[in-house]
Amino acid sequence: MNTMQPIKLTKTSLPFKAILTLAWRNLWRNHRRTLIMLSAISVGVWAMIFMTALMRGMVDDMIYNGIRHLPGEVQIQHPQYRDDPSINNSITPPDARLLEALKIPQVKAWTSRLKVPAVIASERDSRGVILLGVIPQSEVKLSFDIDSISEGRFLESSHDNGLVIGAKMAEHLETRLGKRVVIMSQDPDNNIADRGFRIIGIYKAKLASQEEMYVYAGLKTLQKLLHLDNQISEIAITGEDYRNTDKWYPLIKNASRENRQTLPWYEADSYLSSMLKTMDGFVLVWIIVVFLALSFGLVNTLVMAVFERTREIGLMLALGMRPTMILYQILTESFLLLLIGLLAGNVFALASIIPLQDGIDISSVAKGMEMMGNSSMLYPALKLNDMLLANAIVIVLGLLTSVLPAWHASKLNPIEALNQT
Amino acid sequence: MNITLRMAWRNLWRHKRRTWLTVGAMIFSNLLLVFMISLQFGSYRMMIDNTLKPYTGHLQIQHKAYNDDPKIRNSFAGIVPLAASLRRQLNTRKIAARGVAFAMTSSKTRSWGLQLIGVEPEFEPLVSNLPGLLKQGCYFSASDAAEIIIGTVLARNLGVTIGDELTLLGGGRDGSFAAGIVKVTGIFESGNNTIDRNMAQLPLAYFQSLFTMQTHGHNIAIVAQDLTRVSALQQRVNKLIANRPELVVLDWNHLQPGLKQAIQADLTSAWFMYGVLIILVAFSVLNTQLMSVLERTREFGIMLALGIKPARLGSLILTETFIMSFLGLALGTALGAAIAFYLSVAGFSYPGMEEMAGKFNIPERIYPSLSLLSIFIGPGIVFICSLLAAIYPAGRLFFLHPVSAMRAV
Repeated sequence: MNTMQPIKLTKTSLPFKAILTLAWRNLWRNHRRTLIMLSAISVGVWAMIFMTALMRGMVDDMIYNGIRHLPGEVQIQHPQYRDDPSINNSITPPDARLLEALKIPQVKAWTSRLKVPAVIASERDSRGVILLGVIPQSEVKLSFDIDSISEGRFLESSHDNGLVIGAKMAEHLETRLGKRVVIMSQDPDNNIADRGFRIIGIYKAKLASQEEMYVYAGLKTLQKLLHLDNQISEIAITGEDYRNTDKWYPLIKNASRENRQTLPWYEADSYLSSMLKTMDGFVLVWIIVVFLALSFGLVNTLVMAVFERTREIGLMLALGMRPTMILYQILTESFLLLLIGLLAGNVFALASIIPLQDGIDISSVAKGMEMMGNSSMLYPALKLNDMLLANAIVIVLGLLTSVLPAWHASKLNPIEALNQT
Repeated sequence: MNITLRMAWRNLWRHKRRTWLTVGAMIFSNLLLVFMISLQFGSYRMMIDNTLKPYTGHLQIQHKAYNDDPKIRNSFAGIVPLAASLRRQLNTRKIAARGVAFAMTSSKTRSWGLQLIGVEPEFEPLVSNLPGLLKQGCYFSASDAAEIIIGTVLARNLGVTIGDELTLLGGGRDGSFAAGIVKVTGIFESGNNTIDRNMAQLPLAYFQSLFTMQTHGHNIAIVAQDLTRVSALQQRVNKLIANRPELVVLDWNHLQPGLKQAIQADLTSAWFMYGVLIILVAFSVLNTQLMSVLERTREFGIMLALGIKPARLGSLILTETFIMSFLGLALGTALGAAIAFYLSVAGFSYPGMEEMAGKFNIPERIYPSLSLLSIFIGPGIVFICSLLAAIYPAGRLFFLHPVSAMRAV
């Protein structure tokens, strides 16, 4: 180096376009290596996005099933009701103040219902169920999907004398549409109240366990049977999007009376909310793990690319190229590699997710999925945020890992590099 | 040391950094695989144990219609003598007969629909853990005593304690009205609210008279020494009850189909992820070995010209890969097993685990389960895939022409 000092050197900077061209051509000098690395990156990125979309789809489905089936996004109940869901822990219907609060635009629908344990008996068998006294008009807006009625009809009013049961339940009781069954439950004075109901409708639910658990009757009919004036078990409220519940739920909470428990879904069902949070963590960990597995190959490729060109780099340095230009050039090469890989990966991901939009049939493990709160169809949910996250992590961390080999190249001693065989 | 092995070893260290990067990718994924697979095996084992313990057991003998249609009428006669003879023939005490019925249970102030299990007081504690979870009181005094044990949540809701009486109302096996008064002798706490609210046990003989069951019962639960011996035991039991065509022996997969399916679903998604890791490692190996073949084209040309067979060169490349993969395997499994072993003693937990644990019947800390299988299955596949990835670079040598290869730049 010292011997070179006396000579006045003009250090050259290259225009960006020249760096780009150089990097691009260098990339394809060893097209096999580049292609292998590109396949690795695109498989990695595809896996990041595809897997994330599947997992998100699963959690969305879980939350949808969890919220839609009954509790609603916000529920108001007697403070003891959750521990002891009996008729003795019922509440009065919404008062004027709460009714006013329920008019806010964020509330999409709400309903009151009575929810008590009961025994349903046909002449063949009897079963324990949860009996729901509902206001049909508002219940269908909230939780009951009217299309799930497979035979007969849903209740028409709160005074309807009919009963709607699940298809599985009808099978167990060996009964069918139009037949009579007996409902037994406890009134607030601990007397057994019973009466016969005609089955006017049979429904099929996404989760088989719901068909066995819930039986629907009119709210007024049930209140009369159980000697209640006007009491209900819970008020269920739903908004437009479960992610925004926290924004409007305090308004409802403030408006509801003392001695009531008002809970948003994420507090009522800690499993769902923790799944949602765990999923965010999982997505990040998964993307990073795949990236790390990729990074070994990426660094390897760049180290090799620099190694092969040691003499060439030495020559460029000797001719007066600034070391930073070498650094930029290697980084640009890595950037191009990552960019093409990402592009291909994203295209593969989209191409594999879009045909699956109608759902993946996972009914072979339906009972297992039901344990997790999932139905037997899995709908991948591609979220823009997850896609951006995957792309950002690959580009940013990818460039960071490339800095080391690039910096190494820029620090080469021109003379030693030139003399390398 | 044979010459191929020595050459392979030296070749590897011509590019130290490249070799270590490739081995590093293997170590990284092997470590992750060993850890994750051990963790999975551990959590599955706990999930199975904890789901089967409160009631199900490993095997049940039932009336053949009962599992699909659990009605009180789908019972079978002579259940107590059958259980006794099975205990004798199989030389184990972990066999207990039961009856199952549904009844409205009332205290002075409250009523609640309840799943009642009639049990043999002497043997039930050996097949399920509810009797062992008694917080207050004691287990039954005799098989025909009018006694009941209930869960803590139910006791709280019904407002009863030890010594209080409960009225049971239900339908008997012959369709008659079944009513009885039982004394609460014990209160158990399983930690699972559904069980603690909806399940109760009473002595089998009393249960049979209450529900007009005569000698009938609904299932005989059998617990094997461990999960791996269940299917052998099932075959033996099957032979022993061959003279009772109305009976079947069902294993826990059939009794709790959700359990196995949940595990399958989890395994499928896990293997998708492992597959991606393994493919990425294979790409890494492919890249490295292809590079090392290409840069040695001249060298290989000379060796071919000197009369060395292409097969010999191919095996050289495979040997190099073998050494790398072996290093990755040894270091990766050692590190992974060390971490998994530490956690199998200390336990492992992550945010959100507590809620998941409640849902899937697992404790709040999981302990990875280390076995030869859980340690070597992942790294073993990485090893094989690495060797497979080297086939393409090695195969290229067969198409090398010595003269043009020697001239290659």
